Amino acid sequence: MKNLISNLDKTFESRIRLGIMSVLSVNETYDFNSLKETLQVTDGNLASHLKALEKAGMVQVEKQFINRKPNTSYSATEKGLAAFKQHIAALENLIGMH
Amino acid sequence: MNNEINSLEDIKAIRKIMEESTRFLSLSGLSGVLAGVTALAGALIAWLFIDDAWSLMVVAAAVLVVSLSFAFWLSVKKAKREGKHFWTPVSRKMLVHLFIPLVTGGILALVFLCQGNIQLIVPVFLIFYGLALVNAAKYTLGEIFYLGILEIITGLVLTIFPGWWLIGWLFGFGILHMVYGLVMYGKYGR
Repeated sequence: MKNLISNLDKTFESRIRLGIMSVLSVNETYDFNSLKETLQVTDGNLASHLKALEKAGMVQVEKQFINRKPNTSYSATEKGLAAFKQHIAALENLIGMH
Repeated sequence: MNNEINSLEDIKAIRKIMEESTRFLSLSGLSGVLAGVTALAGALIAWLFIDDAWSLMVVAAAVLVVSLSFAFWLSVKKAKREGKHFWTPVSRKMLVHLFIPLVTGGILALVFLCQGNIQLIVPVFLIFYGLALVNAAKYTLGEIFYLGILEIITGLVLTIFPGWWLIGWLFGFGILHMVYGLVMYGKYGR
């Protein structure tokens, strides 16, 4: 049992972070506003969780201008994808499904 | 035990978000039925009043515009009802993938029209519309894929028997849409 839980990644403990990784694991990139709409969270909340994931090396940020408006898009890093995969496997193990 | 419940909920949430962020699921089934009815009306107009290819092209374009408007309007409403957004990265992707074959087919049909290959116009519409659906199916309800395949088959058969264009139109744009729409309506609601 101890082993099972140790596979759960602390970085993904929050639902919002799980949500962010879920979106980024199946989409190459996603911009900030679309993430906000998909996950239905506030600006500040989303930004702080994205920052944490970025710091942990799970996501990378790309800032650019589209029609002179700043646009920030996010993508999962290889490390992030691997960690997320492992996290899901650990969750599935916990509820006894493979 | 508590952990187990939490994990299960996490997994459920993850799956839902993955699906919603890769597929536009608010496509209205009712709009499929309406597209079928519009196509039947168009075929009736074509059969009763139309005797040249240019007018036929106009009727076909009108049918397309009316059907798409219904689809947009009802899908926007459906998305709202489900508390989702209509204009998302997924729905944009879906539209791009839908319109590339659709516009290609439209241009091709115009070229055939100008060259006098009028017997190929309806088959081209059906084939490229089918390709558009198959292409867009990756980003919306998967069932659209099969509708697309049936449209392509109808179009190909029609290239062999171009004289049956009215029947092909009735079947491909009318009957298939209505059947598809009713199935979707039953499965996913309005």
